[in-house]
Amino acid sequence: MSGGYLTDLLVGGLTLGSMYALVAIGFSMIYGIIRLINFAHGDIVMIGAFVTLGLVQALDLPLPLVALATLAAGGGMGLIIERAAFRPMRGAPQVTGFIASLAVSIMLQNLGVLILTAQPRNFVCPDWLSAPARLLGANIRVIDLAIVASALGLASGLMLVIKKTRLGMAMRATAENLDTARLMGIDVNRTIMAAFVMGSALAGVAGFMWGGKFGQIDPLLGYVPGLKSFVAAVIGGVGSVPGAILGGYLLGMSEVLFVGLLPPVYAPYRDAFVFGTLILILLVLPNGLFGTSTEERA
Amino acid sequence: MSRTTLRLAALCTVAAGAGLVALAQAFCGDYYLSILDFVGIAAVLAVSLNVTNGFTGLFSLGHPAFMAIGGYVTALLVLPPGRKEMFLPDLPAWLASAEWSFAPALAAGGLAAVLAACLVGLPVLRLKGHYLAVATMGFLIIVQVLIVNLDWLTRGPLGLNGLAPLTDLWWVYAVLVVTLYVAYALKFSSLGRAMLAVREDELAARCLGIPAARARILALAVGAFFAGVSGGLWAHLITAITPGSFSLLMAFTIVAMVVIGGSGSVTGSLLAAVGISLFTEALKPVEESLELYGLAEIVMALGLIVCLVLRPRGLFGSEEPRLLARLFENSAP
Repeated sequence: MSGGYLTDLLVGGLTLGSMYALVAIGFSMIYGIIRLINFAHGDIVMIGAFVTLGLVQALDLPLPLVALATLAAGGGMGLIIERAAFRPMRGAPQVTGFIASLAVSIMLQNLGVLILTAQPRNFVCPDWLSAPARLLGANIRVIDLAIVASALGLASGLMLVIKKTRLGMAMRATAENLDTARLMGIDVNRTIMAAFVMGSALAGVAGFMWGGKFGQIDPLLGYVPGLKSFVAAVIGGVGSVPGAILGGYLLGMSEVLFVGLLPPVYAPYRDAFVFGTLILILLVLPNGLFGTSTEERA
Repeated sequence: MSRTTLRLAALCTVAAGAGLVALAQAFCGDYYLSILDFVGIAAVLAVSLNVTNGFTGLFSLGHPAFMAIGGYVTALLVLPPGRKEMFLPDLPAWLASAEWSFAPALAAGGLAAVLAACLVGLPVLRLKGHYLAVATMGFLIIVQVLIVNLDWLTRGPLGLNGLAPLTDLWWVYAVLVVTLYVAYALKFSSLGRAMLAVREDELAARCLGIPAARARILALAVGAFFAGVSGGLWAHLITAITPGSFSLLMAFTIVAMVVIGGSGSVTGSLLAAVGISLFTEALKPVEESLELYGLAEIVMALGLIVCLVLRPRGLFGSEEPRLLARLFENSAP
């Protein structure tokens, strides 16, 4: 095995991990605050990808504007979903919210098929992004580096917001105890909304990255990456943002290494590997690496 | 009404149902017959998932996985050796030469699903609430991946086609009657009460001496058995079985039926299954003529959300009609 191949794998794992991490952060934030596994989160990745494609193709906007618009589109979608589906059910049993999010996910996927057809579309990306980059003799492209850099940037930005701002403090308080936070005068509904908006905005950007990396997008694209990002969040400990980031990179890396280092016969089993890992983690380490609470999980 | 009259009335209802089946077989065209078959299978699925999700509160999304296991086992046992030789040359000799009749093959499919349920249940049932849901969904995806990749056993993504069209309305009706009987009898038996107690408060149930772990695994196994049988029925109705059919969308559809009907209410999930599947079948021509594929799913998802907001306990809650309750109470099998 050449060093170049190994570097290829590592960079592949880092890019995949970056996208998982961005999506997993949203899962974790939303779960941390209202104990909801939001299944529709993966479909926001799809929406982000299509918004980007639409903007690039139709309006030919410059890339930074497109990135901002994708953030806004993801965040807006999160806002709508929270308002329409989850707020009316606040206080219901956990499983109710879970079923509702499954319904929202099915709805988004089918609306996508209905409006955009299930036919995959080519994702257009500026040439300089798909240009090859020289790094230790590996076969990588500029976009891989851009994905990792912007994911790390966004994730650390988010951590700063959570650590340093009043809103972030409100979010941490609400995650700790929703009722007490409300008694302390925190506008809980606004805080929950903010968590949805931020988490979904990151998922939207992940969609942009997904399209750029793999070159084709379709309305069901968010389904499997969404579920895998959830696995990443579980690995890190659902509810913990640093855990979600670490879990995303761990999962992306191990998935790529699983496919790259084992004999090719095992490659088709990569999804089984990921979800087998999920079941294993839930059983032996239900709080994940960074999770703290020991309530109803296992 | 006394017990004896009630029992007579129940028998008469079953007989009247059989009469309707005979009428339908004699006068309905193939298209309408197949719709009735699908409705019946949906009812079996919803009622059996209700034992797992409704009675015991184990939120499982693994029902299509059990269906797939049952369907493939049934199809492999029923398929004539000649066709197996063509499709799957690498089968072990005992399986390649097997040619069972439909009834034992269906039962074997159900039992295979039970076996899978026990294997996956022992570790996974320690989880609760939506963590269990996610783990069972992981199980569903793992089963799909295995079916796609175990070429020698399943013919991979192509699936098995050209199966004999063995499923008719009689089979569906018979399985539905058995499923309903088991579900009602279970609900009013001490085991069913134990399951409901586990759902309401597991700690309190265990304090009363209820073996909660046993109740949970039994609930998963009973649900899996009927899912496996309906997988066999389904495969021999559409005369093909492919891994793609057993998707999360299917899991969602069955869950929607259970939730809208009322988690814990057999009658509710029966009615919801009939209503929802008739509705989706009716919408199919509309979808095709307007080229709006996916419309039925969108409407169903919307309906589910509205139901969760306005009537979170579903149409029936955990209740059954009074007469049925009187019929089955204290008559545990």
